[in-house]
Amino acid sequence: MAHTLSPPVAAEQHFVGSWQSRLLRSTLNNRNLTIGLLIITSLGLVALLAPWLAPHDPYLQNTANRMVPPIWHETGSWTHPLGTDRLGRDYLSRLIYGTRISLFIGLVVALISGLIGTTLGVLAGYFGGRVDAVVSYLLTTRLAMPVVLVALAMASLMGGSMLSVTLLLGLLLWDRFAVVARSATQQLRDAEYVQAAQALGCSLPYILLREVLPNIAGALIVVATLEVANAILLEATLSFLGMGVQPPSPSWGLMIAEGKAYMFFQPWVITIPGSALFILVLSINLLGDGLRDLSAPGGRNE
Amino acid sequence: MSNLSSAERSTAPVSPLLTVKQLRVDLPVAKGTLHAVRGIDFHVERGEMLCLVGESGCGKSMTSLALMGLLPRKAQVNADCLDFDGVDLLTVSDRERSNLRGARMAMIFQEPMTALNPAYTLGNQLCEALRRHQRVSRKAAHDRALYLLERVGISAAEERMRQYPHQLSGGLRQRVMIAMALMCEPDLIIADEPTTALDVTIQAQILHLLRDLQQEFGTAVIFITHDLGVVARIADRVAVMYAGEVIETASAQALFQAPSHPYTQGLLRCIPTPGKTLPGSRLQAIPGVVPNLVEKVDGCAFCNRCDQADELCHTTPPLQTVADGHLSRCHFAHQLANPATINAQEVTL
Amino acid sequence: MSSAANHFKPLALELCALSKTFKLGGGMLHKSQTLTAVNNVSLRVPRGQVMGLVGESGCGKSTLAKILLGLTPPSEGDVLINGKAIVNANQKALARHIQPIFQDPYSSLNPRQRIAQIVGLPLRIHGIGTQKEQAAKVDEMLELVGLPKRAAQQYPGQMSGGQRQRVAIARALIMRPDLVICDEPTSALDVSVQAQILNLLLDLKDEFGLTYLFISHDLAVVEHLADRLAVMYLGKIVEEGTREQIFTAPRHPYTQALLASALTPEPGLGVPDIGLGAGQPDPTRPPSGCAFHPRCPIAQPQCSEQSPKLTDLIQSAAQGTTQPNHPRVACHFA
Repeated sequence: MAHTLSPPVAAEQHFVGSWQSRLLRSTLNNRNLTIGLLIITSLGLVALLAPWLAPHDPYLQNTANRMVPPIWHETGSWTHPLGTDRLGRDYLSRLIYGTRISLFIGLVVALISGLIGTTLGVLAGYFGGRVDAVVSYLLTTRLAMPVVLVALAMASLMGGSMLSVTLLLGLLLWDRFAVVARSATQQLRDAEYVQAAQALGCSLPYILLREVLPNIAGALIVVATLEVANAILLEATLSFLGMGVQPPSPSWGLMIAEGKAYMFFQPWVITIPGSALFILVLSINLLGDGLRDLSAPGGRNE
Repeated sequence: MSNLSSAERSTAPVSPLLTVKQLRVDLPVAKGTLHAVRGIDFHVERGEMLCLVGESGCGKSMTSLALMGLLPRKAQVNADCLDFDGVDLLTVSDRERSNLRGARMAMIFQEPMTALNPAYTLGNQLCEALRRHQRVSRKAAHDRALYLLERVGISAAEERMRQYPHQLSGGLRQRVMIAMALMCEPDLIIADEPTTALDVTIQAQILHLLRDLQQEFGTAVIFITHDLGVVARIADRVAVMYAGEVIETASAQALFQAPSHPYTQGLLRCIPTPGKTLPGSRLQAIPGVVPNLVEKVDGCAFCNRCDQADELCHTTPPLQTVADGHLSRCHFAHQLANPATINAQEVTL
Repeated sequence: MSSAANHFKPLALELCALSKTFKLGGGMLHKSQTLTAVNNVSLRVPRGQVMGLVGESGCGKSTLAKILLGLTPPSEGDVLINGKAIVNANQKALARHIQPIFQDPYSSLNPRQRIAQIVGLPLRIHGIGTQKEQAAKVDEMLELVGLPKRAAQQYPGQMSGGQRQRVAIARALIMRPDLVICDEPTSALDVSVQAQILNLLLDLKDEFGLTYLFISHDLAVVEHLADRLAVMYLGKIVEEGTREQIFTAPRHPYTQALLASALTPEPGLGVPDIGLGAGQPDPTRPPSGCAFHPRCPIAQPQCSEQSPKLTDLIQSAAQGTTQPNHPRVACHFA
């Protein structure tokens, strides 16, 4: 029978090496991605290894040692490299433990909101019609709410805590996931491989999870990085306003709030946590930008 | 028209409108450099229809974009000569080039919807195309637009002028694109697959129109297509491209009657032709795929798919003159040009 | 094949007065429009034959394919496959009989799955065989469509258009369906590759005794492949007959225009002037009477009032029914 068939086609060798090595190469070629990834990884390590890295107990108060300036100050000392706060707690240790709070809230919020937003968006995009109308209504309602005000109001009702902040932000920040998932799914809904799966009698979960989701994951990961950054900033905001993480937890936002009385004479109480926040959010955004470049058309599938 | 232009040529030998020598286009890609166009030579006479024909990735669109200066910035364009009626397109300034575009060279794209601005009316865009390059009154531009819309077969032209691109069907949009290309009476129109997205009946109408207008206005056209049927019906001359090279140039008549490159012969054999191929029979496909142009291509680019290749084909074949104005880049061009040899070879296959 | 034999050929596919209408738009501010994508289409495809379906974009041929594949229900009418109605049939049962090959090999394969996964999917979904048997079947199928063994571990992004179309064919045929809907399977391919794929389709048809519904706008390809041909215009079949009947003696002015606009590679003939006018109809507002009349070169006043029926040209008076081998045409002046 083979003789009746068309001759085999010589495979093109467009791609050299495995996809892993190709991914590594294009990652290293992307400066934003490399820098972002480096900073995030080191901050992640700091958060994980906080008990071993922190020179002091972040909660230990020492009123005799209040407002020690950081090391670059004339009166600074190596016992407290970044000085101490108004209660004499070691600032570096609090900063290190604060990394945990910021990263935890950022990641968990992105996870919760990602789940909600992706589910709603994929369903709306895939089914269209009434499902889409309902999701679009939810989305408009959500977009009409000022996040900070709603979060403040809710937090004041539920009482501020790390858990309530995380849940609140998770329930509020799904809008971008939904928008992106919806439009990406709409484009895929009519893709011929989705139709081919439908024509085969594949179940709905199979089509959504195996055919649609992997192909919109790239766009969603980019959104996720942006939302992590967003959540970290919002947590800091809420904590600053006193409705987020409660003292004595070493949240960066809280540290800024506690330092605001000393802003003019000891500016470092604000600049240190402020810079930490800035660097973290910047690196996450760099990572997001880099990922977007990687997942853009021409990245993986030519 | 071909009578007219050949008459012109015989009375006074004029230089070609466009001369391209050793044009190369290199594009940096993730895995190296894509040699999209690898040293091509061709020329366009005044008032003639030259078809650039080839399969996807052969560099035909890159060539047209290089001529229009519309390649992405990272692309590298080199040539020994890129002469458009005395203007060196390689060294021309951006400003001069944009003066050339539209005024003396115009382009018609495959998808007119992307080439027309959805925010402006057709009349607005047509007049703008003229007034950007010529000092004419609003009225004069409007009159010319109206005349051309009627000329390209659009009824109720006055009304259409006030419409927006999305209100038109694909065929009508392409007619508008042709009218827009003709607004400044350019010397050269580059048409990149202008009918590929259209239905067959509409395609025939648009081609008919384009051919008529081209002859009436004496405009030279570089028509880029992959469809040999279209080429046969509209071309004065044809340049066949393969893997970034022009592998055969000839008049349309000569190319279809005595193709002298194995690739051209293969292309002509593999399309089902009513009356020639027996329905339901096996077509003579060209085996294999085009070479990867990121890597260096040694020798003849077609030799891995050619059934007549031998050792000689691992060296780069020269462009050989088979007949007057008929060039082929094949070591065996002379044997191939002789039909008797082809038949003999077909028998042995 | 002799025409007498056709009478007794079992039908692989029969469409009975099939219609599909869509509601378009319809928000708070404007009224919704109805679009009749498929309008009262009846068609019979004998087993083992290739039925060509041609028409312009938007004429309803792709909607028809979707209905047949069970992707969208018809508004009216019945579809019979091997004599059994498929409307409301189980999608999985349907999938065993009918499979698609799509136009664009770049979007018909999931870019995140390996070729082995893509081709083996039908077997996994339908639970046919053990994992080992499935893998063996995939290898066999890949060989049959002319792909090298190592293709199984590749991703679609690593393949050329022709190779991808081979993968799509392997996926469609791995469950040995009776009927394959080929929706413009070569129009996204280069001509040299098109020939390879057409050859493959012809070989596989003989090998497995397949029936094709071959949708295309390329008349040369249809003439090469199809045994019978149906021409659609704005949702309706305007002419149907055998290849010889349609290509040697087209009756409907639209078919005539279609054939005239097919450009064969013969130099010196020039581009035909087919005189259909510049306007394309709006499918949401189809012209009255015969939908083709605004473009028709032989239209008469009657054409804008009365819609012509698709009639058997050689009416057999005794039975008064349509004979499978007679050409059918919907024109007042055929």
